[in-house]
Amino acid sequence: MTLATLIALPFAGGLLCWLTARYSVAACRWIALLALGIGLAWTLAYWNHGSGPDGWILEEKISWIPSLGIHFQLSLDGLSLLLIALTFFLGLLSVLISWHSIHERVGFFHFNLLWILAGTVGVFLATDLFLFFFFWEMMVLPMFLLIGIWGHANRNYAAVKFFLFTQASGLLLLVAIVGLAFAHQQQTGQLTFDYNQLLGSQLQPLAEFWLMLGFFIAFAVKLPAFPFHTWLADAHSEAPTAGSVILAGILLKTGGYGLLRFVLPLFPDASETIAPYAVLMGVIGILYGALLAFAQTDLKRLIAYTSVSHMGFILLGVFAWNEVSQQGTVIQMIAHGLSTGALFILAGFIYERIHTRDLDQMGGFRTLAPRLAAFALFFAMASLGLPGTGNFIGEFLILLGTFREHMVLTTLAATGLVAAAVYSLWIVQKVFHGKPGKTQSLPDLNRMETLILTLLLLGLVGLGLYPRPVLDVAAGPLEALRTPVYVTAVETALKEDAP
Amino acid sequence: MTQIPLEHGLLLASALFTLGLLGFLVRRNLIIMLVCVEIMLNAAGLAFVMAGAHWGQVDGQIMFIFILTMAAAEVAVGLAIILQFHWRYQSLDVDQASTMKG
Amino acid sequence: MYDLLWLIPALPFVGFLILTLAARSLSQRVAAVIACGTVGVSAVLTLGMIAGFLWNPPADYAHTVTLWQWMPLNSLEIAFNLRIDALSLVMASVITVVGFLIHLYSSEYMQGDEAYTRFFAYLNLFVGFMLILVMADNFALLLLGWEGVGLCSYLLIGFWYQKPENGFAARKAFVVTRIGDVSLLVAVFLIFSELGTLQLSEVLALAPDRWAEGSTTAWVVSLLLLGGAVGKSAQLPLQTWLPDAMAGPTPVSALIHAATMVTAGVYLIARMHGIFELSPSAMTVVALVGTVTLLTAGCAALVQSDIKRVLAYSTISQLGYMFLALGVGAWAGALFHFMTHAWFKALLFLAAGSVIAALHHEQNIHRMGGLRKRLPVLFWTFVAGAACLAALPLVTSGFYSKEKILWDVWISPLGGPWFWSAAILGALITALYSTRLIMLVFFGEAKTEVSHRPGKRSSFVLIVLAVWSLIGGGIEVPHNFGHLTLLSNFLETAIPASVELPPGLDLQLWILLLVASAIVTGGVLATVWLYGSGSPLRQKISDRTSGLQRFWLGGWGFDTAYDRLLVQPIVWLSQINRRDGVDGLCRVAVSLGRTGHFLLSTTQQGRLRRYAIGISAGALALLILMLLQ
Repeated sequence: MTLATLIALPFAGGLLCWLTARYSVAACRWIALLALGIGLAWTLAYWNHGSGPDGWILEEKISWIPSLGIHFQLSLDGLSLLLIALTFFLGLLSVLISWHSIHERVGFFHFNLLWILAGTVGVFLATDLFLFFFFWEMMVLPMFLLIGIWGHANRNYAAVKFFLFTQASGLLLLVAIVGLAFAHQQQTGQLTFDYNQLLGSQLQPLAEFWLMLGFFIAFAVKLPAFPFHTWLADAHSEAPTAGSVILAGILLKTGGYGLLRFVLPLFPDASETIAPYAVLMGVIGILYGALLAFAQTDLKRLIAYTSVSHMGFILLGVFAWNEVSQQGTVIQMIAHGLSTGALFILAGFIYERIHTRDLDQMGGFRTLAPRLAAFALFFAMASLGLPGTGNFIGEFLILLGTFREHMVLTTLAATGLVAAAVYSLWIVQKVFHGKPGKTQSLPDLNRMETLILTLLLLGLVGLGLYPRPVLDVAAGPLEALRTPVYVTAVETALKEDAP
Repeated sequence: MTQIPLEHGLLLASALFTLGLLGFLVRRNLIIMLVCVEIMLNAAGLAFVMAGAHWGQVDGQIMFIFILTMAAAEVAVGLAIILQFHWRYQSLDVDQASTMKG
Repeated sequence: MYDLLWLIPALPFVGFLILTLAARSLSQRVAAVIACGTVGVSAVLTLGMIAGFLWNPPADYAHTVTLWQWMPLNSLEIAFNLRIDALSLVMASVITVVGFLIHLYSSEYMQGDEAYTRFFAYLNLFVGFMLILVMADNFALLLLGWEGVGLCSYLLIGFWYQKPENGFAARKAFVVTRIGDVSLLVAVFLIFSELGTLQLSEVLALAPDRWAEGSTTAWVVSLLLLGGAVGKSAQLPLQTWLPDAMAGPTPVSALIHAATMVTAGVYLIARMHGIFELSPSAMTVVALVGTVTLLTAGCAALVQSDIKRVLAYSTISQLGYMFLALGVGAWAGALFHFMTHAWFKALLFLAAGSVIAALHHEQNIHRMGGLRKRLPVLFWTFVAGAACLAALPLVTSGFYSKEKILWDVWISPLGGPWFWSAAILGALITALYSTRLIMLVFFGEAKTEVSHRPGKRSSFVLIVLAVWSLIGGGIEVPHNFGHLTLLSNFLETAIPASVELPPGLDLQLWILLLVASAIVTGGVLATVWLYGSGSPLRQKISDRTSGLQRFWLGGWGFDTAYDRLLVQPIVWLSQINRRDGVDGLCRVAVSLGRTGHFLLSTTQQGRLRRYAIGISAGALALLILMLLQ
């Protein structure tokens, strides 16, 4: 029952937070911290845990709605492990940054925060498609509340937009899931939502294509890929800092995870058909996001658009479908979570101090707050993919792996690095360089803030210089995902035949 | 006893119904409107009775009793609403109650 | 002993970490000691390694140390491994030794700056990245160094960040070089997809087997690599960032934008010589880029009025010589000129820095003058540097290195008389602007008060560099002067040392030498006469009214052209699309919904009788429909 506990931990923690907050706000914060800390420690403990014969580190299966073949089925492998660790880590930081910035309805805030995380962990663990959909929807609602209640001025518009986009795409996902299960039933006579069993489905090409499209669009909206990105800027810029961090750091990753885990293994042939277009979407996203980022005057909006640019790389890496690019994708997901999370945290710190996100109101902060500026410089550099940070490893491996398949598109994507330099340095210039203008005093980072940013910095540098632990953990699952099921079946059969 | 032809009865019923409907549409006094609704109900009842007599079934009469009961209940509720209305607006003009805007 | 080579780049990084983390608790003196000390020890280590290579060379004249597995994948192993061979060592020795001298100079020059520690932290970081760059054994690591030095260049150009124009120059430098970096990156991808490895030595070993001489792939890869080199080394067409990069403190200009970082492109091409040799046409492109750059930048240097910009354009021009040498296959010649250029250009920049500091931060050479008597040390060291730059015959190192390039250009099958003539013309221009600089700054009447004299450390560094610049050329002298080829011999273990010398060309060599010397000396004397005599011609020239002068002053209009053709359209595009055209679709959907809502909600006006009309009309319509069917 350990995997279920992992989801139950933030679930129960969230409820407890809500209950205790009316007696003690501090207790509520500590409970959230404790729940996430235990979760993180638990996850890390399984880092070097060997995987079973079928590639999962841990598996759990309980019958849920037997008449429909629905199970409460959770499985953990290296890929989920990495993303869950990222989830808990960023969750912890989110609690820490909200410590002094959230004072209204603290209990309900933490309840929502933890429930988002619980939903996300569920998404990363579920291997029953129905259950997956359940968690997929479950993380949306608390996020909606988080933006809608604790957001900035235009929060209602942003929250509704976020909700509508994810709901509409969620509907497509649901239709596709049910369609897949029925198609599988027609073929085998057994109705099931079990991921492992659905893997082997032999579908009609046309049906496969449409089902794949349902999954693909749902994940592309979450990612977000180029034409579906418009919810992101509003949601990110209006959410409270913790919300932006979780949104950028974790929620977007569920899209990339979905592509890796479901779209390609379940629909290998249809994915191959769509791959060039998906890569094209990625490239457009990279360049278009950068172009948008450059024009913004709202700091959080600017950072939000850089996410569009960075997540374009994910599409590239996933659909190039080879070891190098996929490992790059995993690193890119983690590194983007850390670096963009850090940029949002920085934007939050600045907002707390001067109560505006308008770039024109900023300038010369380096003189006023040198430590803040130093961290910002580092994270801007990470965002432009400077070697030595995890972002470089991610982008380098993705482009390296993609180049063989799509030379021209990869070259175009690489020019996105120039654009990244333009917008990252623009942030540094606009906010930190120059003479202090309208803002004349700005307290530098306090200890807690320094600690948060230092953790993120160490994470990025560690990922940049010694990514081996991550690569090793991800290697097995990615290999398994890349191998079509019938090949695996043949191999097992061969092994069994051999004495 | 000679049968009244079905057509006559239905013509009477529809004439009554049209009168009731026109009255409902034209008048602004709530009580008159309620009366008009009653006329329409009775027109429908008459149509039922005529049809029942024509086919030789009791269903028509049962339906009429049913409508009668319903009309009584409706009048009770309707009058209560009218009382409330009068109490609030000091008038029985239905056009006074146009504060709801979509 | 060679296993300690990782210490060479590691020490400056350690210095950087200490200076960053303990910035507040360190006094300026301690900070300077840490910064100079780490680089100094690196320099000693590097020189030790060179000595080791000379007396007790490792197998294959190269040594690799694998520090850790960096990106271990099944289909690709990228390790964090450092490799030294003759080429790396020559580069590293210049980086550490010149780097150490510039650190020493800066420890005095930067005194009083409130960000003293930060300056040295950046400088140390730069030296570390630069060493990684030249010692990297695979492309990923090379990129780490390559982008790292770009970062340091950015940080140091924008060191005085309060001035927006410095920030602009810094960003320009970073972005323009990053365009080149993307080219390099694509070259790396192409190499990987063709050869399946990122290991430099393996790439060089595999390339001749996989690619036939003159093959398209080799040509494309070479040109892409050239693109990277052009960005970093400020060659045409990506040269525009270097003159603006002079916004940084002068020691930075000396170290990064003259002696070391800008030569990374030269290093890259020399390192990848095996690929370039497969594509003679790409080599010719390299030579052409170098030639055009050296002429255009030389002309621009002729008319600049900012002392640092003169030197910046002259750096671009001298790098053009190195590219020309690379393009004709004179690998050792290019590296020889890189070495001598590092010494004398560092010297010139540092001396210029002292001049600027002496004159209340006056950088305009037309407002200097008459400093010969008042700042004798500066005068003599500056003259030594300028003489090397002008390649004054026999007594300067610049003469020997430039002569070697000219000679190699002449005899190389890829070179020839045309390239030689262009290079000679460039040498004449160099002589003209070097002498002009000396005449304007140190002769004539004094126009600005001297407020500050260089201290002991600065003078020491200047004198050391001056002496080296004058006698350092002795490590490689032309064939007919006694045939001493220490550097070529040393380099031969890593790169094909030089263009093969056909026998029986002694007479030609003498003639060419004499012609070159005569042209250079003539150029110098003519300029001395021009500026010394106060002739009317000079007045005419310095009126700077001619269109050509203004054109050259603006660096041949490249900045304007790029601004109009690239920057402004992109800015315009991003501005008009600021609210995101795609989001416009959503907004259209939203407004459609709004309109529909508005239209429908007008029917809900709360009039009971109208509802009743609606109901009866609907019922009637249904009735009619039923009757009609």
